[in-house]
Amino acid sequence: MEKAPAIEVTDLACAYEDRRVLEKISFKVRTAEIFFVIGATGAGKTTLLRNMVGLATPAQGEVRFNGRPFTGADPAERREMLKTFGLSFQGGALWTSLTLSENIALPLEEYTPLPKDEIGRIAAFRLSQVGLAGFEGYYPSEISGGMKKRAGLARALALDPQIVFFDEPSAGLDPVTARNLDRLILQIRDTFGTTIVIVSHDVDSILGIADRLIMLDVDKRGIVAEGPPAALVAPPADPKVVDFLTRRTVRS
Amino acid sequence: MRESQEHSRARASARTEGAALEVALEGAWRLQGATPRWSSVVQKARPSQVRLRAEGLSQWDTSLVVFVGEAKRWCADSGVACDIEALPEKLRLLGGQFADSLHTGARADHSRSLFEEAGLSTLEAMTQGRDLLQFVGECWIAAKRLVTGQAGLRWFDCLGEMQKCGAMALPIVSLISFLVGITLAYSGAIVLMRFGGDIWVADLIGVAMTREMGAMMAGVVLAGRTGAAYAAEIGSMKANEEIDALTILGISPIRFLVLPRVIALALMMPLLALYANCLGILGGMAVAYSVLDIPPAAYWVEMLTIVDLPDVTVGVVKSVVYGLIVGLSGCLRGLQAENNAAGVGKAATSAVVTSILFIIVADAVFAVVFHAIGL
Repeated sequence: MEKAPAIEVTDLACAYEDRRVLEKISFKVRTAEIFFVIGATGAGKTTLLRNMVGLATPAQGEVRFNGRPFTGADPAERREMLKTFGLSFQGGALWTSLTLSENIALPLEEYTPLPKDEIGRIAAFRLSQVGLAGFEGYYPSEISGGMKKRAGLARALALDPQIVFFDEPSAGLDPVTARNLDRLILQIRDTFGTTIVIVSHDVDSILGIADRLIMLDVDKRGIVAEGPPAALVAPPADPKVVDFLTRRTVRS
Repeated sequence: MRESQEHSRARASARTEGAALEVALEGAWRLQGATPRWSSVVQKARPSQVRLRAEGLSQWDTSLVVFVGEAKRWCADSGVACDIEALPEKLRLLGGQFADSLHTGARADHSRSLFEEAGLSTLEAMTQGRDLLQFVGECWIAAKRLVTGQAGLRWFDCLGEMQKCGAMALPIVSLISFLVGITLAYSGAIVLMRFGGDIWVADLIGVAMTREMGAMMAGVVLAGRTGAAYAAEIGSMKANEEIDALTILGISPIRFLVLPRVIALALMMPLLALYANCLGILGGMAVAYSVLDIPPAAYWVEMLTIVDLPDVTVGVVKSVVYGLIVGLSGCLRGLQAENNAAGVGKAATSAVVTSILFIIVADAVFAVVFHAIGL
């Protein structure tokens, strides 16, 4: 029997009150795949992500994780499934009243039987993985935006999730730090077989680490292209996708 | 079934081979399940070498990384050779990274001694005092420029604020003042009835409400309602860099944000205080009629024998000052708020505390001053 995809989105529609911003969204993400959701600003990338992970309720359609329905699941089942997710927010979304170490320790304290000292050591390890060794006792207000983002990623990885979602991971980061983050994402996938879903419009990241992607279009309110990046720019390709992925400049 | 569960449980079994300790790692190592700890595996053994094996390993995650990292660290600290060559390459790599992370030294230390704390608190109090004076000074200058026509004011914003802090506060001011009138009447009646002076409850309520309680209650209500709202509103604007955007355009946040709010409160507070006086007197009248059998007309006539214009003026003057205190405290705390969600909450709380504190201080000063000038 074929293994169920890590994520299966079927006929999903996302709306703000009565205004539908996305319709007829269907795609599958395979286990241990690095999958990008790309598109211009306002195309609905973050909206799709929020509807997939349950931060917003879809107007229609279904999301399944490892074959289990997530949309409409009862609260206990949903909570169980949420333990297998990690979400790295665009601005880090760290809890400001907790130190970085406490931010990472909180999910571990909630969901694991580990003793406090070991949780502290895991938090320090996670921070060192994202290049923040020695910042355990700092509060979010004491670090820069890029550091907050990396600390947010460390928190998303705290429970060794099976699926990690990233909302614009490289936004606001310099190119060197952004590439280091790409390397870290690859390392997570290669080491733990984690499925990675990234919402981004960073073309360097997309071309560098994406296995497959979907592109959303604001006019069509849906998917205009799906596949590996290299295949999408080969002829006969959608001009919008080519424009996006080859970064045609004003001068060209 | 039980056998398969036993098989999938994370295990670390140690056995001694000469001077070496060989640890076999088996089963599924998951963070959310129970996993062995290095300290319980090694116990008091002092081998010359530690060898880790992973032939029976079915699944692993960070829990095993922690185990390997702690083993490596223990070996390094004890001067024992650690052989992890038999482990999967990725596990070796992560185990090494974990062991390194345990050695990372610099930690931010937030603890302070009592003297440091006292010194820092004193400096903080001095800074707060200086900021307060600077803020009041800036508001004074801005108000002077407004009065002399050197600068304009967004009157439409000011009218909106007047509606919010004045008309919309009427229901809560009505309720609080009426209840204060009732409470005062009951308290006064206990004493006055002993001397057969029931009718003087009208005098008590009249003087207390017009001189003190009307303005005070309106001030306290607006400190909780409007002062906190100003602090939260301006604090949020600061967190969203909206204040910086004003500053960078050369627009004074004091003129743009603070003056309309403070003027609105200073204008509305006397009206609210007069309204609170009426409701308080009405509350007292209700108790006098229902409990002490004093007709409303008699209550009214008796009250007018003692309450005159200077009493009402005292209340009105106080209310203007209370309005300024609430407005300035709310705006100051908002502008001082830290750029985050917690900062906004703290600013709102601090605005209420500051307003009430200064209202009480001002009331004490007024009591001395009005007594000295015979009012």
